Amino acid sequence: MPGDGTTTYDTPIGWRAVGRYGLLVLVAALVLFPVYTTVVAALKEGNQVLNNPLVPDGFTLRILAKAWDEGNLGRYLLNSGVVAVVITAAQLLTSVLSAYAFAILDFPGRTIMFGVFLATLLVPLEATLVVNRRTVDSLGWINSYQGLTVPFLATAFGTFLLRQVFLTLPRDLRDAAAIDGVGHLGFLRHVAVPLVRPTLGAMAMLSFLSAWNQYLWPNLVTTESDMYTVQSGLKQISEARLDEPNLVMAGTIIAAIPIVVVLLIFQRSLIRGLTSGAVKG
Amino acid sequence: MAKRTRSRWRDLPTAVWMLTPSLVILSVFVLYPLGQAIWLGHQRCDSQGDNCRSNGWDQYVDVARSDEFLHALGVTVKFVVLTVPIGLALGVGLAMLADKYLRGIGVFRAVFSSTVATSVAVASLMWLFLLQPDVGVLANVGFIEELFPVVKQPGLVRDPGTALGAVAASSIWANLGFTFILVTAGLQGIPRDLHEAAVVDGAGGVRRFWDVTLPLLGPTLLFVMIALTSRAFQAYGEMDLLTDGGPRPQDSTTTLTYLTYGGDSVINNNDGLQAATAVLLFAVLLVVSIVQLGAIGRRIHYA
Repeated sequence: MPGDGTTTYDTPIGWRAVGRYGLLVLVAALVLFPVYTTVVAALKEGNQVLNNPLVPDGFTLRILAKAWDEGNLGRYLLNSGVVAVVITAAQLLTSVLSAYAFAILDFPGRTIMFGVFLATLLVPLEATLVVNRRTVDSLGWINSYQGLTVPFLATAFGTFLLRQVFLTLPRDLRDAAAIDGVGHLGFLRHVAVPLVRPTLGAMAMLSFLSAWNQYLWPNLVTTESDMYTVQSGLKQISEARLDEPNLVMAGTIIAAIPIVVVLLIFQRSLIRGLTSGAVKG
Repeated sequence: MAKRTRSRWRDLPTAVWMLTPSLVILSVFVLYPLGQAIWLGHQRCDSQGDNCRSNGWDQYVDVARSDEFLHALGVTVKFVVLTVPIGLALGVGLAMLADKYLRGIGVFRAVFSSTVATSVAVASLMWLFLLQPDVGVLANVGFIEELFPVVKQPGLVRDPGTALGAVAASSIWANLGFTFILVTAGLQGIPRDLHEAAVVDGAGGVRRFWDVTLPLLGPTLLFVMIALTSRAFQAYGEMDLLTDGGPRPQDSTTTLTYLTYGGDSVINNNDGLQAATAVLLFAVLLVVSIVQLGAIGRRIHYA
């Protein structure tokens, strides 16, 4: 291919585009290859999986249905959904409140307290889980939604993110509201939150994604099938049924579909969230 | 001055109730467990992990000098070195490839972003099915098996020489969508007239990549690199699902997180040793973060 620069105008547009499309298609095929083999496996009957694993036998939803029936996947999806929604909603609420306190309110000890919040960002999840499992155990929360959600109901990262946008609100706005007799809670609900809605959406997507993707923690605090999340459930399925990879792959597909749908619907918020910070469980 | 002091105190009750929910959760589930883990880490427990007792602080020294810890630290560092540069380079490559105004480019961008939707469990199981030597895809495609017998005997995830690379491949793939999205956003932030100016000055495509694109992408790349490094140090699910920290006895994929939490780990069920290992992991990450944050301050020119 000729250099991109000065030759742009005298190169036939067609050939350059064909080359670019060819490369794009090739790379896209490579990226999707693991997904492709997964789908092919989920379309094969059990005894056919080892024959021509690259070529589908036909189209049948039978294996998907079987995986759904035998894998308790409905329950796992429900658990993951409950856990992710509860964590997301709670993180939004707790972060909005603490971010507002740090950005708009003025009180003694504010700097030190904010430092404490920021310090928690340096603590990796893995350093806390040994003790958190003991805490959850002593509270009797093994195999419960409390155990799966309560440790994650607040986030210093969300507080930090929202504080940054609250700080951009003009000071006059708050002063005007105060003159009109609007208290902090009223100002927060009716002025501040509506103004930072895009950031809230971005943060919600990050919270949801990282809560949904949690792997280690659910494995530590759930031992009963009915309390497994999708991620810990998939581990159980794969260990129990490795002799039937088509079922495991069908389970994997079922587990992936809901989050794909959610991400497609909220992709703008997702991209805004990812570019504002990086967290994943 | 007096008036200002009074107004600071006036906000205090509001601030207290607004901060309380976050503060309670963060204290009980982040700060307390860190402190408690540091305390637990110095306790000696018997082989069943019971009857833990204080016995000086030398357990940290013992753990830090143990073969198991040093081996796991080495594996972790190797995993980071394998995944971060390759993952970053592939992400930049994909983003450059898709950074063109072409009909249908949105479809390709969606494909390149798609692995962001895979959790570690989903991605790892897809790769397990690719790499597993008995029922896996690669082991059952004739020509691949003939060219690379290792895929069948003993299998990429079971050969001590290839296991970590196999796990790394799965991890790189799973993070590719994340990297692609961020680098694409970074590319779109580069003003077009800078490229046009470079074209007018006679710079070719390669020249423009090194002299315009890459420097202006600096902050994005640094951010992605920090995020990927932090993820790689904390990776766990890939090893748990693909190799269980094995193959044994080489423990080729036993990283620090697997050593701490893995079901097949030698210190499984010993809270004292687990806590000590977790605290040392925290210390390692802290050093890495400080080095990386130092780099932000000095090296990067924000556009």
